[in-house]
Amino acid sequence: MSLVVDIQKDFGGFRLNVQFEAQEGIMGILGASGCGKSMTLRCIAGVEKPDAGRIVLDGRTLYDSARRINVKPQERQVGYLFQNYALFPNMTVRQNILCGMRRLKDKADRERLLCEQLELMQLSGLEKHYPAQLSGGQQQRVALARILVSRPKLLMLDEPFSALDSHLREKLLVEMKETLRRYGGVSLVVTHNRDEAYDLCSSIALMETGRVHTHKPTKQLFADPGTVVGAMMTGCKNIAPARCVGEYEAEVPDWGITLRTARPVGENLKAVGIRAHYFGPNSRQNSFGVRIIDVVEEPFADIIRFRYENQAPGTEDLWWRTAKQNRPPKEAWGAYTLGISPVNILTLYDPGEEPEAGQEEGTAG
Amino acid sequence: MDWYPLWNSLRIAAISSVLVFFSGIFAAYYVAKLPRAIKGVLDVVLTLPMVLPPTVVGYFLLLLFGVNRPLGILLGQIGIRFVMTWYGGILTAAVVAFPLMYRTARGAFESFDNTLAYSGQTLGLSNTYIFWRIRMPYCRQGILAGTVLAFARALGEYGATSMLIGYTPGKTATISTAVYQYWRTNDEQSAFLWVMINLAISAVVLLAVNMLEKKNGRKGARR
Repeated sequence: MSLVVDIQKDFGGFRLNVQFEAQEGIMGILGASGCGKSMTLRCIAGVEKPDAGRIVLDGRTLYDSARRINVKPQERQVGYLFQNYALFPNMTVRQNILCGMRRLKDKADRERLLCEQLELMQLSGLEKHYPAQLSGGQQQRVALARILVSRPKLLMLDEPFSALDSHLREKLLVEMKETLRRYGGVSLVVTHNRDEAYDLCSSIALMETGRVHTHKPTKQLFADPGTVVGAMMTGCKNIAPARCVGEYEAEVPDWGITLRTARPVGENLKAVGIRAHYFGPNSRQNSFGVRIIDVVEEPFADIIRFRYENQAPGTEDLWWRTAKQNRPPKEAWGAYTLGISPVNILTLYDPGEEPEAGQEEGTAG
Repeated sequence: MDWYPLWNSLRIAAISSVLVFFSGIFAAYYVAKLPRAIKGVLDVVLTLPMVLPPTVVGYFLLLLFGVNRPLGILLGQIGIRFVMTWYGGILTAAVVAFPLMYRTARGAFESFDNTLAYSGQTLGLSNTYIFWRIRMPYCRQGILAGTVLAFARALGEYGATSMLIGYTPGKTATISTAVYQYWRTNDEQSAFLWVMINLAISAVVLLAVNMLEKKNGRKGARR
């Protein structure tokens, strides 16, 4: 089971140019809105036609511009869960799910599959309801049931949780994981939420302005995003330009410091990143004097904004995210000391220039 | 009393409504998909009969289908003559009512959520099924409104009709042409009677539409 995608499409001003391969399991496509994630899914589903390229699913060519192959969406066997679930409003839950099985000729088979799916998706008793009478979570389950009964070779989910209240989200995330595990084939999940992506996906492709930059196993991507874009998309708050000054040393002019790293620093180093929760007052390595600016309170943590003593003017404050009991007393704000373990310094390069060494951490997910 | 105008008007309005229903919907569906430039031109052409005075429409129809015109002669050879025949009224009513159906249907189709069609396609539903069972029900209100407007317009059509088929009692007379004729010949009583009949038909149609709407509304299922 595999999916190979290599497509180009020009929108004048915006160009989609996407290459990736997905294996069995859940692959995430993480990117800001408008970066072409949904358009990529539409091209794979066949409701949108790329200008050029190739899409192969399980050895079957769905689209190939050179060989003039463009299989109709009806025949691609690709399940597509839309952001708004796209349930047919004029049909009941039962009729909606039956729509996914019109290929199945035997009526008894359809009924059996319908009952089975209603049971699995905890929808029993809702058969006669219309979509508008269901909660967001129920709508999502109906849409999934409708797709799963059509036995797709590939399952694509477009921002599956964006239409839901946040308290429902975590519960449905757990359900979704279970559903996708049961499904077992190739799944693509498009999202702009890194927490969802981290929890759900075994590998993640980062997408920016129509291109896929990095495709790595999830844990590896978060441990070593490799590029500035990757660091930003995986939620790194402190990023500054840096240059290589030694095998394990990077100078950061904006912050007025030189950091020791655990990873070897490449000659073509572009920047370093430090995640907000990795600073520590007791850490003795990479320890420098800082000045605390102010504190942003979250319900269960504090975000402390600070500047290094020799930080260049006009540069952005740094963020330190810490437990509430660690908040320094106000009188210490003027002269405080924070350190970072060298393991937690992210070394960042231009896309395509990351050293291969990052791969050694190997298996994640 | 001669009931012919009632019968004639009803059949003209009914038949032309059916024609306009299908042609308007399909024109709306396909024009909405065209590139912008062609869409603009076609839009003007297809809407023109609505804004032109009906007599001008009648003039153009006479130019096209007059017995001495090429198209009229051609059709005459297979026994079809739109001038001074009752079914010529179908032609005028359809032409004048078409833009109403076309425009309301197009508005309805443009508000359609295309992801519904896409998800139908990925589920393996045929495009025909998607059109009749998903798109049309979704756009039901706009389509229904267009049909009612088109029927009402067809029933009340006067200008183009009087130009093309004239007024011959028992042959081409319709309610609206009858009202004018009776009024012109000082038969105020008959004119009044036909006005009342016309009012009654319109009221019944509107009531029927409202009831249909309510029934559909009760079925739930609006988003």
